[in-house]
Amino acid sequence: MYRIIKIILLDILKNKIVLAYTFILALLSWSSFGLEDNSAKGLLTILNVILFTVPLVSVLFSTIYLYNSSEFIELLLSQPIKRNKIWLSLFLGLSLSMIMAFILGAGIPLLINAPDSIGIMMLVVGCLISLVFVALAFLSSILTRDKAKGIGIAIMAWLYFALLFDGMVLFLLFQLSDYPIESAMVGITALSPIDLARIQILLHLDVSAMMGYTGAIFKDFFGTSLGMFISFLLLCLWVIIPFFVSLKKFDKKDL
Amino acid sequence: MIEIKNINKNFGKLEVLNSVNLSLKKRECIALIGPNGCGKTTLIKSILGMVLPDKGSIEFSGKSIFNQYAYREKIGYMPQIGRYPDNMTIGQIIEMIKQIRNSDEPLDEELLHAFEIEKMYDKRMQTLSGGTTQKVSATLAFLFNPEVLILDEPTAGLDPLASEILKEKIIKEKEKGKLILITSHLLSELDDLITEIIFMQEGKVYFHKKVDVLKQETNEDKISKAIAQILRAEKHV
Repeated sequence: MYRIIKIILLDILKNKIVLAYTFILALLSWSSFGLEDNSAKGLLTILNVILFTVPLVSVLFSTIYLYNSSEFIELLLSQPIKRNKIWLSLFLGLSLSMIMAFILGAGIPLLINAPDSIGIMMLVVGCLISLVFVALAFLSSILTRDKAKGIGIAIMAWLYFALLFDGMVLFLLFQLSDYPIESAMVGITALSPIDLARIQILLHLDVSAMMGYTGAIFKDFFGTSLGMFISFLLLCLWVIIPFFVSLKKFDKKDL
Repeated sequence: MIEIKNINKNFGKLEVLNSVNLSLKKRECIALIGPNGCGKTTLIKSILGMVLPDKGSIEFSGKSIFNQYAYREKIGYMPQIGRYPDNMTIGQIIEMIKQIRNSDEPLDEELLHAFEIEKMYDKRMQTLSGGTTQKVSATLAFLFNPEVLILDEPTAGLDPLASEILKEKIIKEKEKGKLILITSHLLSELDDLITEIIFMQEGKVYFHKKVDVLKQETNEDKISKAIAQILRAEKHV
């Protein structure tokens, strides 16, 4: 399996897109720290970068890469290799390259400009978000044979988690503002990996004071070490469940 | 060597394989023939574990292949349409497969030299013609000295010279006692190769006979004529 991962990693590195992605992340991170005199403001800017570009690039690149390696998968399947291993190697290869790009691009400026718990937290959350969206890409590319449809599903997933979900939550908040729904909101955030990541970091940035009563409830839950543990666990589940479903489907797929 | 028992496969509503029972033995060179879309390639892919049958079992040397992969070490497969990663060169593909197989046994590089593949090592798969891709597929199938060779339309797209080289190679391997399974539409090409014939139609095995028996029954000395006679007889009934 190690050999296959190496082959995949080298193939991805040859692809200039990942290098460009690393470069853009670095450019955005360095400039946002450079523009703000206060590192907390810089962190907020980077947070938005993490929550928009990282998921988009991870899910799109992975989906397209998977469709383009259909020949590679077919070739490997006629060789003495376990099916599971092919899919797992692809996942590890793509995840590793996305995480490497994130650490090189955004991780280094983060650790230099904010070398505290928030910086490290941001780094971990960014890596987890990359993994979540690589896993979602695996799910969307196994759902259909049609490349255009698969990429469409991937983009819809990103759109949903990055924009629509927030919109729906806001709508609910306003519609039901007369009821005590603050605790329920905590549960609803678990339904979106991006929101989990955002709240986790916002609470550590002390801007949660501006979020009113809901913010206080959030702080009550996510601020504790148990809450933090649960939200990291939920993020990990967002990686494991989509990938596991895709693995099961790949095991039964006819090629 | 390979036992296929009661295999069924549907793609949606389309029934591709319908209770196929076959027994493929060592030292035979078997031709799998039949009209387009009769399930030949699906059957081959089932043996390779690329298509998973809905019902039935396949055994390789007495062991079920379900959820197994190591048995594929003993199979050399040449696909009908070789699909390879576009941005890799021929050399990289061959090197990669060598790494994946990781076998210590001596490689059979006869076709590699005969097709002069080494001269094209730097060419990308994307730029290759259909025939050259077939040559690469054939080289890979024979490279690891497998006990079983599965060749899906091996000579389609090859020039006469290359196809002659490949035929000679197949005969040579047959004499070593390997099991060889060939699908082809060019019956005349098979004459001096094969020992058994499997004829498939609409997902069913129509007959599975030794070539000698078939020739005797029909009083023909060419396979193509023998098959044609059987099919004609079928239509009159």
